[in-house]
Amino acid sequence: MRSNGRSGKIGAAFAGIGRVFDAVRLPLGFAVLLAALFGFAFWNLVAGTQATSVSDAIDGLFNPQSPYRVIVTDVRLVRVIPAILLGGALALSGFLLQTFFANPIAGPFILGISSGAKLVLSVTMIGFLSRGIVANSVMLIAASFLGAMLSMGFVLAISYKVKRMSMLIICGVMIGYICSAITEFVIRFADDSNIVKLHDWAMGSFANVKWDNVIVIAAVVIPALIVTFFLSKPIGAYQLGEGYAQNMGVNVKAFRVALILLSGILSACVTAFAGPISFVGVAVPHLMRRLFKTEKPLIMIPACFLGGAVFCLICDLIARTAFAPNELSISSVTAVFGAPIVILVMLKRQKEGGR
Amino acid sequence: MNGTYYISAEKMTVGYDGRPLIENVSIGVRRGEILTLIGPNGSGKSTILKSMIRQLKLIAGTVVLDGRDMAALKEREIAKKLAIVMTERIRGELMTCRDVVETGRYPYTGRLGILTKEDKAVVAEALETVHASDFADRPYNAISDGQRQRILLARAIAQEPEVIVLDEPTSFLDVKHKLELLDILKTMVRERNVAVIVSLHELDLAEKISDRVVCVADGRIDRCDVPENVFRDDYIASLYGIRTGRFNALFGSPELPAVEGEPQVFLICGGGSGVPVCRALQRAGVPFAAGILPESDLDYPVAQALSAELYAIPAFSTASEAGTETVRARMLEIGRVISTVPTFGETNASNRVLFEAAKAAGILISAEEFLRGSDA
Repeated sequence: MRSNGRSGKIGAAFAGIGRVFDAVRLPLGFAVLLAALFGFAFWNLVAGTQATSVSDAIDGLFNPQSPYRVIVTDVRLVRVIPAILLGGALALSGFLLQTFFANPIAGPFILGISSGAKLVLSVTMIGFLSRGIVANSVMLIAASFLGAMLSMGFVLAISYKVKRMSMLIICGVMIGYICSAITEFVIRFADDSNIVKLHDWAMGSFANVKWDNVIVIAAVVIPALIVTFFLSKPIGAYQLGEGYAQNMGVNVKAFRVALILLSGILSACVTAFAGPISFVGVAVPHLMRRLFKTEKPLIMIPACFLGGAVFCLICDLIARTAFAPNELSISSVTAVFGAPIVILVMLKRQKEGGR
Repeated sequence: MNGTYYISAEKMTVGYDGRPLIENVSIGVRRGEILTLIGPNGSGKSTILKSMIRQLKLIAGTVVLDGRDMAALKEREIAKKLAIVMTERIRGELMTCRDVVETGRYPYTGRLGILTKEDKAVVAEALETVHASDFADRPYNAISDGQRQRILLARAIAQEPEVIVLDEPTSFLDVKHKLELLDILKTMVRERNVAVIVSLHELDLAEKISDRVVCVADGRIDRCDVPENVFRDDYIASLYGIRTGRFNALFGSPELPAVEGEPQVFLICGGGSGVPVCRALQRAGVPFAAGILPESDLDYPVAQALSAELYAIPAFSTASEAGTETVRARMLEIGRVISTVPTFGETNASNRVLFEAAKAAGILISAEEFLRGSDA
């Protein structure tokens, strides 16, 4: 009895704290995300195989004559910025796909979109290499986007046939496997020293990004983020269902095309420069929903972007430093953190009697 | 006449994938009026509604909204004039009821959809209209079906439309919530002069709230008329293809078929006292005779539907002595009598004769006793 009473009181106290927390949830949540973003970004600049102190890192960052200049900017910063931009792009792409399919475990990797991009991209790269041409950034994105759209086409065709959420995911995973298998095949049979790098890339890594790539990445991801943000209103309407969205004045057809193109561009850009990265797209939107307790796109879009950036910074930090000097592929780290979240989401929905 | 319709379908052919399901649909509704679609399952009520709100492509014909062809109107223009409450379930994850209602302001807000003070006031008023203010801030997924339906209606109201289209809004609700919802609709029509198109399953409710009724059956609009001309026993029975049982127009409800066979008991009834016994006998599977009822009696429609033999006289008349004698003989022949008539007066003097005769013969039995006996 007594312990019951006490836990009741404690429960009430927690509920009280919860209410107070709800009032400041929005500013506090974004403050935490921003702090984590800068914190982990800086940690990524400090940590690495070559020991650098905090002051060394600051020196390397702001002083062009610093002995640490190369290691901090040209080795580490050139990796931190794409981790931020591409991580954000992945999470945002996942959020858009989840909205589009009304399916909480949709994401660019799970639906096979990343793998489709990877396939077309590796075929293109090998094709160019065999003629002695190194494909440039724009070509990479274009090839990757084409692959993403091809996979997306398959997934869409399936989604018209089967309405069950689990079936869609299974089909997506299968498409992913098929594309990965063919990619593996193509890479094995292409005999070139450059292909070794291609193999690294096919596992997913931020290590191969160059400064001129970073500019292209920013030029693609940032406009896509802005466009997505300005689609907040129709996304919010679409969350109620297609019929209601149309009744509220959304041009549903055009809107669906916009969603597909945006999520495709975002995930294609990621795949083009960092390879397929698993689970960020599925897991981060859920973490953000838990953090902000809302589905409103006006909040979710910036939150997902920041959350994806932080998630990838943390994962890349672990990938680089956990077994230094050996480096893990980024996907193996994101999967360790992301997959359990997906399982939890599915269990929770099962409990709530979801589809 | 047509000019006064706020929204109307003109020679509309509707169906899925270009295959016509219902042809030549011409219906319309004025402001301040409720138009109800009734008809059997699968007759195409929802198809007509979905076509009128542009969720389905028309195969032929036009829909005119406020004097203009709807096909030429922009989504946003339509959104300010027409709101819907459909059967598709909305995904309200992590949304409060107020959030759901706020989406109704969509056509009025700016690019980012941020609500102004005026918008919030409209939302609060819509919540008030459907009596949902007290649970407005609860999660949408945590409320009951009846409450959800009200929230969806509030969402439509917040859209400040001139016409609301509802597809079977009462389907999953209990009696209380059904009445509440329809009462809100009636109030909306009266106070805001909106036009309402609604499809309903419940004929009794349709009869009560409709200004005009559209009957959909067999791939066509069978009838479009005022409820008085639609809710007739024989017409409803034929519309729904009821062969077993019958539709009771007076009560607006269907009756199960009578138990046929040689009557095992005679029921003296009148003034509504016989209805529960008629139903009980029907449930127990006992064929029975009933009388003597004027056609104007409250018991008449139910007794007529459920009895194997009925002794009736014209409305507001009294039975002749000779007639009473025939019935008395038949009653004694049946051999058991239940009487539910509490008092006898001038107009049911003939039933007093029957009652006295049964009493004298010692064959009077209470309904409870009889039913207990027939169970055993």
